[in-house]
Amino acid sequence: MEERTVVTSVPWGPEPAPAPVADRPSATARVLGGAAALVLTTGLYVGLAVVPPDAVQGEVQRIMYLHVPSIVTAYLAFAVVFCASLLYLWKRDLRYDAVAVSSAEIGVLFTGITLATGSIWGKPTWGVWWTWDARLTLTAILFTIYVGYLMLRAFAEEPQAGARYGAVLAIVGFLDIPLNHMAVQWWRTLHQPSSILRPGGPSVASVMLVPLAINFAGLVLLYTYLLLERIRLERVRRRTAELTLKRGRRG
Amino acid sequence: MQAERRGLGVLRRTWAMTWKDVTVELRARERVNAMLFFAALVLFIFNFALGPDRDKLREVAPGLLWLAFLFTGMLGLGRSFQAERENECFEELLLTPGDRESIFFGKLAGNVLFMATAEALILPLFGILYNLDIWDSLPALALVAFLGTVGFSTLGTLLAAMTAHLRAREVMLPLLLFPLTVPVILGSVRATEAILSGAGLSGVSHWLKLLGGFDLIFLVVSPLVFEFVLEE
Repeated sequence: MEERTVVTSVPWGPEPAPAPVADRPSATARVLGGAAALVLTTGLYVGLAVVPPDAVQGEVQRIMYLHVPSIVTAYLAFAVVFCASLLYLWKRDLRYDAVAVSSAEIGVLFTGITLATGSIWGKPTWGVWWTWDARLTLTAILFTIYVGYLMLRAFAEEPQAGARYGAVLAIVGFLDIPLNHMAVQWWRTLHQPSSILRPGGPSVASVMLVPLAINFAGLVLLYTYLLLERIRLERVRRRTAELTLKRGRRG
Repeated sequence: MQAERRGLGVLRRTWAMTWKDVTVELRARERVNAMLFFAALVLFIFNFALGPDRDKLREVAPGLLWLAFLFTGMLGLGRSFQAERENECFEELLLTPGDRESIFFGKLAGNVLFMATAEALILPLFGILYNLDIWDSLPALALVAFLGTVGFSTLGTLLAAMTAHLRAREVMLPLLLFPLTVPVILGSVRATEAILSGAGLSGVSHWLKLLGGFDLIFLVVSPLVFEFVLEE
């Protein structure tokens, strides 16, 4: 754990070689970012111009091609937060914690996109921007849980404690999702039922699955790219904090 | 034999922890009195906010009742670890021999006890002020209140231990706890609503199962992760 060795090193001893932090995106990240841009452009083109509009809802239904892949990507991001948090508590390697906090931030971003696009879609189809339907409510709860997670991280007095508290909250929060799901399901349901993952095969026209699949692949690529870059940013931040601390000690 | 002795040890330490909190409370009276007064104020304020229309109040009564329970409970939870921090007792807590889980269960038992005490006063006061016939369905209501209180306090105790070490700790506990306890809030309010409108316990069995499941899951998980919260 390089974070610790730097802080505890004696000022007159030999400097431990600091782990270098790249000042530009890695080759992998650049390839992923480029691929994400390409795939998303294709997906949006297919979704907006190639496939026919929905028989009932018309053109407005096309927002689905962003709405649905976003929430799936958000769940993926939160699953990564959960796994990285478990690994952090087990191995105590701050690199896992960097993955967790980075993924949580991106997950909140995608949940926000889902809520916004859902609102824009809801206004012309349901006549309201927001309604307390089960799945909307669940998404809003998800959003608040992980915004809370990010705030908890921001308010921790030292990074190690923030990492531990964050990991605990991420584990509890992820286990809470199925319970929330059940609770809001029993409470009310208005949302159109899930149309792809359902018994008996997808109910959407198979031509609509094409832009959905392309955009999903594109958003996963985008997520991976953002994750790699956010982790790099986290390392730069931690390195800066270490160096500031070290300079302060030398006085 | 060994396991049996260990189990007894955990119970004894848990009891010691709870007893310590109750004794402090009996002497200082800084929590329960404030909780009770706050609960009464909440019931008044709801009345001002919603107007004196009796039918309207009766309609929203289950939600109001649980808001009063939860706000009051939140007040008590916030104090449970903050007092330890203010008096610099955290180190001594950590030095106590044995497993950390007895600290968790001890604190939890105290928190449930204080919250239940407040609820025992709020419920009759609520029935009187809002003209509700709660007396026939009291056992069913008590069961729902118990399950809801245990769930709320379990996550609340875990998070209170965490937020006691944060900057802006008074703000962070409700911000983290309310979203996580949505299943408890929904389950308790819906079950209370059904019971007050005449459904028996069988009519709310699915909500009771949800509350029970929530309690069970977090009663198992919270002590496991509590250890990581207390570490210094």
